[in-house]
Amino acid sequence: MDLKYTDAKPSDAERAAVDELLGPAPTGWEGGERDVADLRWAKGGHEARDRRDLLLPALHAVNDRVGWLSEGALDYICRRLTVPPAEAYGVATFYAMFSLRPRPATVLHVCTDIACAARGSKRVTESLTSRLGPAGTPAGGAVWQESPCLGLCERAPAALVIRAGEVPEGGAGTTPTAAVVAPATPDALLLAVRDPGRAAPEPPPVAAVPQAGRPGLVLLRRVGTADPSDLDDYRAHGGYTALRNAFALGPAGVIREVSDSGLLGRGGAAFPTGRKWQATASQPVRTRYLVCNADESEPGTFKDRVLMEGDPYALIEAMTIAGYAVGAHRGYLYLRGEYPRALARLTHAAERARTRGLLGDDVLGHGYAFDIEIRRGAGAYICGEETAIFNSIEGHRGEPRTKPPFPVEQGLFGRPTAVNNVETLVNVLPVLEHGAAAYAATGTPSSTGTKLFCVAGTVGRPGVFEVPFGATLRDLLDLAGGVPPGLRAVLLGGAAGGFLRPDELDVPLTFEGARAAGATLGSGVVLVLDDTVDLPRILIRVAEFFRDESCGQCVPCRVGTVRQEEALHRIADLRGAAAAADVALLREVGQVMRDASICGLGQTAWNAVESAIDRLGAYE
Amino acid sequence: MTSVPLGLPRRRVEFELDGETVHVLEGDTILDACTAAGKDIPTLCYGDTLTPKNACRVCVVEVEGARTLAPACSRRAEPGMKVRTGSERARHSRRLVLELLASSTDLSTTPHVAGWIEEYGAEPARFGPDAATVAGRGAKVDNDLYVREYGKCIMCYKCVDACGDQWQNTFAIAVAGRGFDTTIAVEHDGPLPDSACVYCGNCIEVCPTGALSFRSEYEMRAAGTWDEDAQTETTTICAYCGVGCNLTLHVQDNRIVKVGSPHDNPITRGNLCIKGRFGYQHVQNVQGTE
Repeated sequence: MDLKYTDAKPSDAERAAVDELLGPAPTGWEGGERDVADLRWAKGGHEARDRRDLLLPALHAVNDRVGWLSEGALDYICRRLTVPPAEAYGVATFYAMFSLRPRPATVLHVCTDIACAARGSKRVTESLTSRLGPAGTPAGGAVWQESPCLGLCERAPAALVIRAGEVPEGGAGTTPTAAVVAPATPDALLLAVRDPGRAAPEPPPVAAVPQAGRPGLVLLRRVGTADPSDLDDYRAHGGYTALRNAFALGPAGVIREVSDSGLLGRGGAAFPTGRKWQATASQPVRTRYLVCNADESEPGTFKDRVLMEGDPYALIEAMTIAGYAVGAHRGYLYLRGEYPRALARLTHAAERARTRGLLGDDVLGHGYAFDIEIRRGAGAYICGEETAIFNSIEGHRGEPRTKPPFPVEQGLFGRPTAVNNVETLVNVLPVLEHGAAAYAATGTPSSTGTKLFCVAGTVGRPGVFEVPFGATLRDLLDLAGGVPPGLRAVLLGGAAGGFLRPDELDVPLTFEGARAAGATLGSGVVLVLDDTVDLPRILIRVAEFFRDESCGQCVPCRVGTVRQEEALHRIADLRGAAAAADVALLREVGQVMRDASICGLGQTAWNAVESAIDRLGAYE
Repeated sequence: MTSVPLGLPRRRVEFELDGETVHVLEGDTILDACTAAGKDIPTLCYGDTLTPKNACRVCVVEVEGARTLAPACSRRAEPGMKVRTGSERARHSRRLVLELLASSTDLSTTPHVAGWIEEYGAEPARFGPDAATVAGRGAKVDNDLYVREYGKCIMCYKCVDACGDQWQNTFAIAVAGRGFDTTIAVEHDGPLPDSACVYCGNCIEVCPTGALSFRSEYEMRAAGTWDEDAQTETTTICAYCGVGCNLTLHVQDNRIVKVGSPHDNPITRGNLCIKGRFGYQHVQNVQGTE
């Protein structure tokens, strides 16, 4: 490809960061030292372009080292990967974690999303404004900014400090210094900003699991009991029996077991996992991929983080089984960029598994080759959409694709791909350990097994809870410390879900039960709001979230989310007839978003606001 | 002798369009069927020379049994499908898409859109005077050949596709930013002369809103002298090289004001190079008169 690059040159640090990922530039064509030999050969062609998928990791490498992306750094990345500079600019500006303007090395992300707003994030941001200046203004070598949900809702209000610099021991693939501060107080934040490396240690993942150690847990049974860094301990707690059983059953047998178990996808759409695997496995194209969607960004969701931090080998094993079933030899684990600890644990777990022959050319000596590549997101909710995740991995803007064709036909790199959520994959382990029938004995006939719920907000014991399908919302709240006094509403399913009233707590938590109640389990969010919260402000925050996170591809979502946010601001303090015209406008805009948006983000962006109007009488 | 490529034989697909049985060839879209049946479906981001991006969603139709509406421009006809082009839901979506677009961008030079706004009863003003809009983005006048007015841009992606792997393979422009703030930009949103742009003008050819226009058109519009009714279109052959591209010269007051190329021309498919599209000054710079 005859590309025109810019004249900007990278700094030594930027060049070193990119070279650490890609190796030194082999020729002058790729931005290295130019010598006489370069003039005789032009490097290029498919081989040069085939590394486009390293664009996002390369952007991360520079951002990790320097904290922002200069023109020189971007140009050097473009030369190394044969990417048009305009496209690389388009990709870099797509992600919220990247900055194309100089900024301090230390960035403080303060969550202001629903769960944290219900727990006083406003006090934190007000205090930061008075002590550090307004959001976005550099002060004292740091800058703070408001952030969408960081997935730390059980410890709300939450904040994350990321400091760019040399990557510490542990090598490539992990973030530089990062510190989670939750619950966040202004003093703790200022300390962490000054020296994130010496911030108070984060509590272990088991702290987010109030049920830890109790009998009957299936998905969470190893969290807090097995050492998440120790492969032997994982095996001592039943690890890798499912994979052995999978090899005994063969790929078709695994798919049959998973189909018979009735396992439905836990990412929000509740699609039968067995059917997805069958559809992928039956494609005539031989190169197939597995993608694990760990871009957990639905506001109020943190179950996947707890699973990945508390039991990382389980996900590695489950991905191996899924890859084996669908005939994939490479699995991509797309992890959201704001999960530094999950990244470190999974990177470590994958390395350990590789050295022990549990990943690689010959898994467990069964002649099956499978390896996992971990890819970090960079702050884009939309990349959790099942086709946007492909574009993001491939080094394009994380925009959803048109379906059909579906991922099982043409997914990652245009090949048949099975995309599964973390929790879905981890459910495969009990299916194969004890058989489909035993798995399906838990739950209800059409919602089998157990489900993780992320309970947060104004409850006594927030955290991840595992209950069999069929338990009611009231049962769940009892586990989390009881129905709080002055309960106003429960947001079920996340920002794309809906609100339930205090008199609806007996809704059975099953896919069909939620549907019958006009709600959805979504990603398992149970966000409890008492009557001290300002509901119209919460709805504005939901609308802001979707306005920020819309990729901008289709008109209904790109403009519709803006128009909805404007209308919600107008009626924030109005009720009844004064708000009626804007409520009608919200409905009309909501309808076109639901009917005509390309992807699920736009189609569901109005769900929560609609349910607040219809079920809670938000503006009456 | 002219040879006509026939391609592989394609099966016929039978489906129901607005209650009538229609036949199209396998692979044809709902829009193809509508066009053949003489139905007028509004389109903005659809381009006859490009792969449909289906980003604008103004062409949506209702497919029976589907949860959401389908974009007619890209959804392929399937046997037994029942499609309604004028259902209440489809018309609602089209009206709202027009309202959302007209309230957030300057559609003053977009062909047909005024008629659709009337036809669908769209009221873009109802979002209020404070509704966010990109219409205020200033024109980027940074070269002698063409002007970029992103206040008129509806983000249809057509210019990016024409500049990129669908036609020109220059990759000078891309979509940058996210959400409502997305825009079309060269790297670092700089001026065109610093970018990879080769000034083929194939982006202007596909722009559905007039956001991209010849410098001559931009200046005549500013001066109030642009008058499409007074223009003639003459198709001729470019004299620069031996390829034989067809040019369509738009002439007003005996001066060339814009150059295009027929989209059905088998050589160009609407595309030209800098010489064919912009190299016409010698025609009208007769020595002594200028």
